[in-house]
Amino acid sequence: MTYAGALPAWAALLTAFLVLVGAGLTLLGAIGTLRFGSFFERVHAPTLGTSWGTGAIVLASIVCFSALGSRPVANELLIGVFITLTTPVTLMLLARAALYRDRAERKPGVPARSILRPPRGRDQQGESGGGQ
Amino acid sequence: MTRALPYPILTAALLLTWMLLTSFSPGQFILGGLIAVAASRAMAALQPSKPRLRQWQLIPRLAGIVALDILRSNIAVARIVLQRRGRKRKSGFVAIPLDLRDRTGLAVLACIVTSTPGTAWVEHAQDSNILLIHVLDLVDEQGWVTLIKSRYESLLMEIFE
Repeated sequence: MTYAGALPAWAALLTAFLVLVGAGLTLLGAIGTLRFGSFFERVHAPTLGTSWGTGAIVLASIVCFSALGSRPVANELLIGVFITLTTPVTLMLLARAALYRDRAERKPGVPARSILRPPRGRDQQGESGGGQ
Repeated sequence: MTRALPYPILTAALLLTWMLLTSFSPGQFILGGLIAVAASRAMAALQPSKPRLRQWQLIPRLAGIVALDILRSNIAVARIVLQRRGRKRKSGFVAIPLDLRDRTGLAVLACIVTSTPGTAWVEHAQDSNILLIHVLDLVDEQGWVTLIKSRYESLLMEIFE
């Protein structure tokens, strides 16, 4: 942290702002996870942290170390890429497990598997529409 | 080209990742290059379907749209979190019939839908190509169908199909 003095004011302000935004969004995501009622509502809240929560902190890091090192630093972008690519895997596994459980328990409000089957005739229309 | 480097884009991306994580020096370039070539040939042994990029120049446009939409829905979900408990809000499932068939395109759509707060990819049926998503603040079901189809799916179809 001895380097902090070398940071120009505009970069320090921008870094502070971005870190606060990122940390704030992640915190709100955590609060949301606590406050929302059902599993499928809860699943939305942590994505605040994995989208712009991460994004803002990554940007802050880029701004800070680019200003300090007087050359552009882009390593942090990799963190963003890896998080964006790996989040859906976990989320889809969790969502499918919850869906399976809720269907097995016949919970109300959970769509049955049958709505994913095409109504007759519509599937072919969709096929020809997709081919064009 | 195809024998020596079965996945040129993957190889280049791996090399770039390696050099970002270590340093931009000739030594790391050679080491990273060797690893990237070996890894992409290992990938070829797994024989995944090779993604085709038909209109790669549309990718920055898609990335821009997605970044803005995610920012907007970040604000929307943050507002919902901060709301008082009493206010009425309905969440629910939406079934979307998709036309996009390309597997890479569907994977990108999954990344977009899950990294957007407020929408979550729940289930996708391969036979009927219907996608089930969960929406946190559901007002207009048809609106979500047209949003996903016109905003993301049409661009993805242009890029991948």
